[in-house]
Amino acid sequence: MAINKESNSYTIMFAVAMVVVVGGLLAFTYESFKDVIKSNQENEKKQNILQAIGIAETGGKDFDRTAAQEVFYKYVTRRITLSYEGQILSDLPADSIINASNKLDAFNIDLRKEYKLYGKKVIKNNKGSKEKLAAGLAAEDRIHYPLFVCEKGDSTFYVVSAVGTGLWDDVWGYIGINSNCQTISGSVFDHKAETPGLGSKVTEDWFQKQFVGKRIMAEDGETRLKLEVRKPGNELNIHQVDGISGATFTGAGVAEMLERSFVVYQDFFDNNPEFKK
Amino acid sequence: MAEVKEKEPLFSKKNKRLITDPLNDNNPVTIQVLGICSALAVTVQLDNAIVMSIAVMAVLVIGNVVVSLLRSFIPPRIRIIVQLVIVASLVIIVDIVLKAFVYDVSKQLSVFVGLIITNCIIMGRLEAFAMGNKPWASALDGVGNGLGYGFVLIVVAICKELFGSGSLTIPGFDKFQFIAEGSGYLHNGLMLLPPSSLVLVAVYIWIQKTRNKKLIEEH
Repeated sequence: MAINKESNSYTIMFAVAMVVVVGGLLAFTYESFKDVIKSNQENEKKQNILQAIGIAETGGKDFDRTAAQEVFYKYVTRRITLSYEGQILSDLPADSIINASNKLDAFNIDLRKEYKLYGKKVIKNNKGSKEKLAAGLAAEDRIHYPLFVCEKGDSTFYVVSAVGTGLWDDVWGYIGINSNCQTISGSVFDHKAETPGLGSKVTEDWFQKQFVGKRIMAEDGETRLKLEVRKPGNELNIHQVDGISGATFTGAGVAEMLERSFVVYQDFFDNNPEFKK
Repeated sequence: MAEVKEKEPLFSKKNKRLITDPLNDNNPVTIQVLGICSALAVTVQLDNAIVMSIAVMAVLVIGNVVVSLLRSFIPPRIRIIVQLVIVASLVIIVDIVLKAFVYDVSKQLSVFVGLIITNCIIMGRLEAFAMGNKPWASALDGVGNGLGYGFVLIVVAICKELFGSGSLTIPGFDKFQFIAEGSGYLHNGLMLLPPSSLVLVAVYIWIQKTRNKKLIEEH
């Protein structure tokens, strides 16, 4: 019996069979490579944290990502998870190996997920008022703030992270702070889907290096400064960096996420003077 | 006296033409002007162009073979959807494999891997060739068009990277810096931007048509 390829039933049968086969194949491929991809992403995160404190051996494209694994434990001495009010929820030393099942480990906190699920809503509902936003974020205890304490030579660095929204989708970054809690030691930014050639330049060296030495605290040690991403070509002061031409929204997103997250870390440093050296 | 039909050799003259034609006389990029979008976008560095070419070729060959095998089963009314689903799943598989084994490159290619789906060359070859030809011929057609696409991409990428940043990056090796910053040659920033690819592709077409007179259209 010849099959009538024009019939509705054949077409529907074919479509159903195709979806099942294709779906199964994709699921199988993803499952087989899931672990490799995950370890790539974890190593990248370690590499980013190390880059924020300027560990040269992990910088650059040629660096072997897998080496970040060992180097990470050498430099990162404490992994702290904070709440919005600066309460320490978890504090792990360097010799405790990262375990994916410990959700409170600062390294395992999926900031982008927390931002997407809870943070965005709070920000949207409290637009325009800083006090309301602060109250909203303080009430949302499902958002965590990781803080990595790093020792390099004789000096201590703190690496903090921030997530925000660029033009199209998430932007995020790791920022290293010197032990006096006043100046920036380095920064790494990344994005999900900013425009290639414009917003995507947040990942480039020239943009990230600008943050080195910028102040988040005036020299009197009391007045807090806000990191600003300016329109390129203006004269810059100690807490401003050049933005990217044609990527105003990406720059604004970076500035917003830094401002929002730094409040938490600066409060924490102020309330815990033992961190300031 | 029935003559036994001779089996066509694997690389018959006709089959060889399937590979050589797209390299010159019927190049998908310079003659058919398909797949220009990715040729403009992923040619800033040589290694991206090479990986992109390999990815497109893989998708094209496998897609061609799969569609060709299924060609007598695919319901004509939904054939474009079927082709699209096949290409889309192949692209996702390529994306997963790149993420697992060449993570850095996959980060740089980012959205462009996903955009292989919209590469006109692929849907064009599936619809125009694989739907009406046998699997082996379709595979060769995929290899040929993949090579034709990749060749243009690599030529453009070499020009752009060499003049734009004075270096060449080859996958698996270090970056070769031929012209250092400040050695008298000022790196041409325009070469790093997408518009320069248009100029380079145009120059490529110019040279190609000068050497191959039969490509010149009569008016």
